[in-house]
Amino acid sequence: MVSLLRNQKVRNALLQALYVGSLAAMVLACVMIARRNLAEQGITSGFDFLFKSTGWDVNFSLLPATANDPYWWFFLIGIVNTLFLGTTGLILATIVGTIVGLARTSSNELARLLGRTYVDIFRNIPLILQVFFWYALITHLPTPRAAHEAFGMLLTSRGLYVPVPNVAGIAFAAAILGVIAAIALPLWLGRTSHLSQPFGERVGIQLTAAATALATAAIILALGRLPDLPLIDFPALQGLNLKGGMRIPPEFSALAIAIAIYGGSYIAEIVRGGFKAVGKGQMEAALSLGLSPWRVFTLVRLPLALRAMLPILANQYVWLMKATTMGIAVGFTDFFMIVALTINHSGQTLEVIGILMAGFLAINLSLAAVFNRINKAIALKGNQLRG
Amino acid sequence: MEMVVVAPPAPSRLEDLKRRFFATPLQALLSLISLTIMAFIVWKLLDWAVFSAVFTTTGGPEACQAAAGACWSVIAARWRIILFGLYPFEEQWRSALACVSVVVMTVLSCIPAFWTGRRIALIWGAGTGLYYVLMKGGVLGLPYVGEEAWGGLALTLFIFVTTCLIGFPLAICLALLRRSDLPWISRTTGLIIDGVRSLPLISILFTFAVVLPFALPQWLQGDKLYRVILGSALFFSAYQAEIVRGGMQGVPAGQEEAAMALGMSYWQRIGRIVLPQAMRNALPATINQFVISFKETSLVVIVGFFEILASGNAAYGTGEWRFAYVEVYAFIAFIYFIFVFSLSRYGAYLERRMAVGER
Repeated sequence: MVSLLRNQKVRNALLQALYVGSLAAMVLACVMIARRNLAEQGITSGFDFLFKSTGWDVNFSLLPATANDPYWWFFLIGIVNTLFLGTTGLILATIVGTIVGLARTSSNELARLLGRTYVDIFRNIPLILQVFFWYALITHLPTPRAAHEAFGMLLTSRGLYVPVPNVAGIAFAAAILGVIAAIALPLWLGRTSHLSQPFGERVGIQLTAAATALATAAIILALGRLPDLPLIDFPALQGLNLKGGMRIPPEFSALAIAIAIYGGSYIAEIVRGGFKAVGKGQMEAALSLGLSPWRVFTLVRLPLALRAMLPILANQYVWLMKATTMGIAVGFTDFFMIVALTINHSGQTLEVIGILMAGFLAINLSLAAVFNRINKAIALKGNQLRG
Repeated sequence: MEMVVVAPPAPSRLEDLKRRFFATPLQALLSLISLTIMAFIVWKLLDWAVFSAVFTTTGGPEACQAAAGACWSVIAARWRIILFGLYPFEEQWRSALACVSVVVMTVLSCIPAFWTGRRIALIWGAGTGLYYVLMKGGVLGLPYVGEEAWGGLALTLFIFVTTCLIGFPLAICLALLRRSDLPWISRTTGLIIDGVRSLPLISILFTFAVVLPFALPQWLQGDKLYRVILGSALFFSAYQAEIVRGGMQGVPAGQEEAAMALGMSYWQRIGRIVLPQAMRNALPATINQFVISFKETSLVVIVGFFEILASGNAAYGTGEWRFAYVEVYAFIAFIYFIFVFSLSRYGAYLERRMAVGER
């Protein structure tokens, strides 16, 4: 027996079995105790509850929701809300971060100072404090009767009311695609067109493409118009409440603003790091070849910096997605809040925790997969600089 | 022969300014825009926070609400609840002393002379012990105050310190286990680390605070505060383990092989050769992790603790100060800013200092 223990291989196998076994035993014991405790409260384990109706309502949902809907539908609503908030926050944070990051790398001292102050202040204040602050600020706005008004939008303590066009949903989405095409097409043409083409001709082609896309969007909008209604539905006061337009609830705006500002300060640092990683020689070489400063930026600095940024940016995006769980602090029904509410109402603790883990794993893995694809697609071939 | 060195004339101040800010029309435009934004913000902020602000409590909330600027009287009236929460009024000096002991402990552990495993452990053990005795009392003639009465900044600091105190050794254990040659041990540990890292902290805190009591026998449940601290320590250690592992990968393999050739045991190799160098490599990232976890202590407000954010909500949430939420949040933000900014500045300083040492 003792000689068996002296054998390295046997000892290693025993050690591993002991480690994995004790961890598994711990988890198993917890699950057993939890099942017994829950059974005492009359809760049967299993996923049957997913098809029962919830009996409670959510305050924000992109999908139709009533208290009669089953739990699985509510989980879906939660995931859609999380993804919607996450994507909105992510896009806004990227815009803020790019502007501040460019200011931080600019050759102008004052712009650098401004960017640095922004990053120093907003990075060092916890996100949840910023969420609370914006939420308090928005809910302390005037009531609908004394609303702030600007560009047809109404800013009240019940949220932001924006005008929406009276257009069928599909047509509206198609029109948005058209507008995106109007911006993207000229850029794409600019990239593919040959430099030997005369400048005027190139710009002409770009402008025509943009105009065509915009015109298509306008025609789609006109075709998809709902009959007998004004083209744009403006919010307006009716009695004590506001009618018309679309309401963006304060919970959502507070979270989106806070994530944009806080996330923006982190992304600014990533942008700065990416630009710093571009070798000075590359830029000098481009300048000495006679490229204009703008072309040096778009053809040399930006592409190289993007490649350096992307892996870190992917991590930051995953983090931002997870930050949407702060929704519970102000009552935004994101995935995590639905999970917490479900545990409170149905008591199916173990199953719901499992769903929570699976949901976040799925979100994280799919984000990582998307970014790995992008990373591979834009990686530089050859042996100079690997992204 | 005499050499005459003629230095170019020093540029006048005006020319210097012109060169720095108005070299080209584009630069001039950028400078002007930045200057306008800065002047606008600074003026608005100063006007709000200083010139039109009310500092005294004499007029009461009504006079304060009428003022155009900030109402700092809410801080003057409610600072005790923000800093100490619901701690008994007569005993709040203990809470203040406990905060000071934590701050002193942190400052001491930033001094390189204390950077040996034993000294750091001693400082943190002593600091946390002092905090605990001061806050809890029951000995040395101090009246007993239970954890449920702790709150405000003091509670925030306690959660942060205990998270680090439990999380750091745990992180080193996890990193060593993940680095192990035994495939099942390293894989299982990797699974734990990656699993924890893929979850949001709030969900872990929620699980430990609300769900875990179902899954533990009665005698193991403990106080909710300590369960939440354990959850936050687990989260911290999963991230810190990866940082420590990164630091270990930076130690050349020859170092460990040489130690092995000298006949050192595993623990001698780890304790005397690998870890000291790994910690040095990992120091900047570690400080960064401390900064992040200090900010993340604020999340415990969601599972119902009366830390500084919740006590801030309470400070303006009741009665006559309802309008003064901006001032309260600004005050709390300022407190966080002082702690987090100085820690991150220290991290940046360390990074520069260590870059000098690279040869």
